Amino acid sequence: MTTVAEAATFDDASGGGTLKFPETRPLRLDSGAALAPLEVAYKTYGRLNTEKSNAILVCHALTGDQHAASRHPMTGKPGWWDRVIGPGLPLDPERYFIICSNVIGGCMGSTGPASIDPATGLTYALSFPVITIADMVRAQAMLIDALGIDSLFAVIGGSMGGMQVLQWAADFPEKLFSAVCIGAAARHSAQNIAFHEVGRQAIMADPDWRSGAYEQAGVRPEKGLAVARMAAHITYLSEAALQRKFGRELQRDGLSWGFDADFQVESYLRHQGTSFVDRFDANSYLYITRALDYFDLAASHGGVLAQAFARARHVRFCVLSFSSDWLYSTAESRNIVRALSAAGCRASFVEIETDKGHDAFFLDEPQLDTTLRGFFASAANLRGL
Amino acid sequence: MREDFKEILRLVRPGARVLDVGCADGSLLELLIREKGVDGQGLELSPAGVSACLARGLAVVQGDADHDLDDFPSRAFDYAILSDTLQSMRDPKHVLSELLRIAGRAVVSLPNFGHWRVRLSLLFRGRMPETPALPEPWWSTPNIHLCTLADFTDLCRALDLRIDACAALSAGRPARPIAPERALENWRSEQALFLLSRRVEPERGAVQRDLFGEPLTTPAVASRPRRRTSDTRAARARPG
Repeated sequence: MTTVAEAATFDDASGGGTLKFPETRPLRLDSGAALAPLEVAYKTYGRLNTEKSNAILVCHALTGDQHAASRHPMTGKPGWWDRVIGPGLPLDPERYFIICSNVIGGCMGSTGPASIDPATGLTYALSFPVITIADMVRAQAMLIDALGIDSLFAVIGGSMGGMQVLQWAADFPEKLFSAVCIGAAARHSAQNIAFHEVGRQAIMADPDWRSGAYEQAGVRPEKGLAVARMAAHITYLSEAALQRKFGRELQRDGLSWGFDADFQVESYLRHQGTSFVDRFDANSYLYITRALDYFDLAASHGGVLAQAFARARHVRFCVLSFSSDWLYSTAESRNIVRALSAAGCRASFVEIETDKGHDAFFLDEPQLDTTLRGFFASAANLRGL
Repeated sequence: MREDFKEILRLVRPGARVLDVGCADGSLLELLIREKGVDGQGLELSPAGVSACLARGLAVVQGDADHDLDDFPSRAFDYAILSDTLQSMRDPKHVLSELLRIAGRAVVSLPNFGHWRVRLSLLFRGRMPETPALPEPWWSTPNIHLCTLADFTDLCRALDLRIDACAALSAGRPARPIAPERALENWRSEQALFLLSRRVEPERGAVQRDLFGEPLTTPAVASRPRRRTSDTRAARARPG
């Protein structure tokens, strides 16, 4: 740990920054490749107490980033989880030291396909190695070590963040006190993979993708990435939520008798697509969706999911799902809970009743807040916080 | 404290693993953890109940006995508790059988449809009974599978379950150990609490204890109904 701390340099220790691991500290990847030098961009909220016992790692979703509760530097929008992280909120920076890092493969400062490959001096693009959820978690563990934290009070995340939480429990249970997995699954289903493949094909079909080398060509596959986002965005909402928000409402009076965005839902999706390309890298999208598709926690533990949690009996788990989430349904969460029970872990499970679909985990859901509050209050009590 | 809670508290072994099925706001589990140092887990359907349990720091899984007991591994618990709920299950036989797959012992309480008030209500008024133990009218009651003590003991026999102990409960009064097969008890008992186990070879050297922590001489059924005296009360105070 000391070697890492010495080897690493911070540019802003208080509120985060970018941790740089030198060539001598490569990140070993599941694919067999290694990533060096490695950079991990992160944000922190609150202060680490003297016992270093109040650290919470927040894991972000596919298109999220480290700006969980701070203004996004590119869009100027509030943090993606500022409903949950903040003074008086379930994750209170006055009580906890909250860390959120950009996943490797991402495009907000951590090493990813848009980073410069030291071997060529050009962006990695498709020469970036394929990464997995376990690789992302390994990089987070390096960050936590470098911050001098032996044990996390909690690791928490929704969607892909929830998968990282499960991976943490499998790979580094000794570093965990509690774990909260929201709207996730222990493996990607055929349907999950299918939707991702549509997104990837949309990107690759864009002539500006240039087999991934768009950066050198000075172009960006914006159309493809926007379509990928539009398709994915539908999976984040429920049919009921779409109907409630848009119904068959028109943009203007009357139909255009053409292919403009007549319906409000079309206009909304187009907006989702075009605003996404401003902040996200197309190759990152390919790599991270691939990491999700490769995720199957049971398969990497002899086909028995409970086996993944065999060393995590001391960890207090909380698994949450949303009733209208069809991307990672309640059945998937129940599957996780079943495995936790079988492994002898202490697990709580709540299905939150909502029509907001998968995205409910960062929307206004009072029951999510009460559940998190209760879980963290009692866990903090046990931890002596 | 509720009388049934007192009884359950008395019979659960300290440090045991306990599953409370339909744990509501978790008050029984909390009591068991505080008083008996058990390792507790709850199963509760209502979101409000689940939230309350989490706020108390309890491990709780949202679900109900009809659907979600199948998810628990065999012998994961020492005790499974099902309080005043079996009669509202869709498949009580399956639920009972599942309780004793998941846990070594089950604590089950249920209203007795053979109670004299119930019988008289039907006999003289010709109407579905509304009694302190069965307060709801027929059209809104969740109780879809009511039974008498005799019916329940029959089911236990059919499932090859052993009744390790049984006590009659009625609101506000201390529990009374009974032999549930006795016809008189089927008239007298408003509610009953059973301690059940699978009819398997008893563990070598293990002493079977009844609801009140007293060693059982005959393993089959709880001892004869005893008169409550200050002596037996003192004996009951011993930890089980």
